[in-house]
Amino acid sequence: MAETIVKIRELTKLYAQGEIQVTALDRIALDIAAGEFLALMGPSGSGKSTLLHIIAGVDRPTSGECLVQGVDVTKLNESELADWRNQNVGFVFQTFNLIPVLTAFENVELPLLLTQLGRAQRRKQVEAALDLVGLADRMHHLPKQLSGGQEQRVAIARALVTDPKLVVADEPTGNLDSHSAHEVLGILQSLSQQAGKTVIMVTHDPKAAAFGSRSIHLEKGELTR
Amino acid sequence: MALPIRYSLRNALVRWRSTIATVLGIALVVFVFVLLQSLAAGIEKSSGNTGDPRNIMIVRKGSTAESASMIGRQNFQDIRYFPEIALTAKGEPIISADVLVLVNLPRRNHGGEANVLLRGVTPRGMELRPQVNLVAGRWFEPGKREVVVSAKLAKRFANFDVGQSFKSGNATLTVVGWLEGGGSAFDSECWLDADECRSLFERDMYSSFLIHPVDEAAGEKLIARIEGDRRFKLKAEKEVEYYRKQTMTAAPIKWLGNFLAVTMSIGAVFAAMNTMYAAVGSRTREIGTLRVLGFRRRAVIVALLLEGGFLALLGGVLGCAFAFYWNGYTTATMGMETFSEIVFEFSVTPKLVLEGLIFAVTVGLIGTLLPALRAARLPVIAALKSL
Repeated sequence: MAETIVKIRELTKLYAQGEIQVTALDRIALDIAAGEFLALMGPSGSGKSTLLHIIAGVDRPTSGECLVQGVDVTKLNESELADWRNQNVGFVFQTFNLIPVLTAFENVELPLLLTQLGRAQRRKQVEAALDLVGLADRMHHLPKQLSGGQEQRVAIARALVTDPKLVVADEPTGNLDSHSAHEVLGILQSLSQQAGKTVIMVTHDPKAAAFGSRSIHLEKGELTR
Repeated sequence: MALPIRYSLRNALVRWRSTIATVLGIALVVFVFVLLQSLAAGIEKSSGNTGDPRNIMIVRKGSTAESASMIGRQNFQDIRYFPEIALTAKGEPIISADVLVLVNLPRRNHGGEANVLLRGVTPRGMELRPQVNLVAGRWFEPGKREVVVSAKLAKRFANFDVGQSFKSGNATLTVVGWLEGGGSAFDSECWLDADECRSLFERDMYSSFLIHPVDEAAGEKLIARIEGDRRFKLKAEKEVEYYRKQTMTAAPIKWLGNFLAVTMSIGAVFAAMNTMYAAVGSRTREIGTLRVLGFRRRAVIVALLLEGGFLALLGGVLGCAFAFYWNGYTTATMGMETFSEIVFEFSVTPKLVLEGLIFAVTVGLIGTLLPALRAARLPVIAALKSL
């Protein structure tokens, strides 16, 4: 039995929408094992992105606990969370979120600038990450010089460059054609299966979810299956 | 850890169309600031260039300038044989009693009239001012109603070409040469023979004495002696000190420069703020991404300040470059001390350039601060969800 990397208990998130209180997550309990490729599914507004953001230390719950590698991320302050995210989580966004004025190499290098690594070591790691996603020959290109699929692969390289245990992906294929989507999903799958990373992916698409080792569904803030 | 500097620099340049107005706005403010200050610096430089540090200048106590000073002839007789005064090889004391007269003359091209300073100077006085050289024609000959005018004034006043004559009062003077004062206050004067000047303009008094003392100690002693002798009612000081104080004209120009810079900079701050708000607004998700990757709020603030500061620096460099175009350009104004036309050059000094650049960057940083704080305060989730 693989160790549990994410342990969630009684996790609740309430939003105030004007005078109405909206329950985004309702006392969620969830365990995610190390090396799992979990697909978080559900309709829009079901709370799947909120859950992902809380696990990744980007958002805070109203109550409950969320332990990631034994650290309760709900208890960390702003600065501690920033450091924790940098060291423990890799992010892949639907819209790639690359910095337009930086090259692929520089984009991937960004998270490493927050570490103590020297220039040579950073270069080595960036080149390895870009090589892993098959873009070693595009490292000096700006995002606008890359296709959507290539941009997302650069984003994956950026997520991997610090060698985090956890990779979170929010609709990573939402803006891609089917061929590029297949490539990206293949990379995420190999991260889980070959590199032992825990991948949590939010998706609407059952075909994308099929790449995962497990799927869970959220509806109105509750886990349904 | 801060974001890489290239991130800020490239962001500042990537939207060059939208930022060019800000850069030009700041450039204009810096241009006005540096140009006006360079005018003041030019006047100060002109006064600062004048005189010999060994010479002693004597004017009437209470007079602000040579042209407003009147010294009786008896004083000349009393002072000329003081032992502190150096002697020529022939044993004559090195002292010059000059007369200054203000005359109103027409400018070139019907540009109205302005006052010009005529200096009645002795041969000894010419020797005491070696920085004045003849650049055209010849020196005046006493008794022939001849005058040598400043080459710089000649470009501004009618009938100042060599060979031409001009009338002032009852006198008609012929221009026989042009002098050059080496960027000093003498560039704003016309010279003629001292005795002839006193006779033509019916001056019984002198305006000033210029003395070459035996040595520095003698000079100090002479100053103390004249200042301490209640008979004289004269003010003695080193010639360079006297001219250094003749910079009243620069004060209102400096003030105007500072006033315009401050008022215009308010507009420039808003321009920078507007640009940076737009920059931050269009990059909200990018800033959210940086925060997600682990960059702290202060790293975002520093990066944006750097970006705004860089934009402003570009504006500052441009403004200084525009101002530098005028460096060395000769212009004139009415001197507040002499009430005559003083000629000087725009002087864009390294200090002024530095002040202009610091001023520009300050404007940029102030304009960027609020947008940067707003960007950094935005919750990460809200930033990521922005379009």
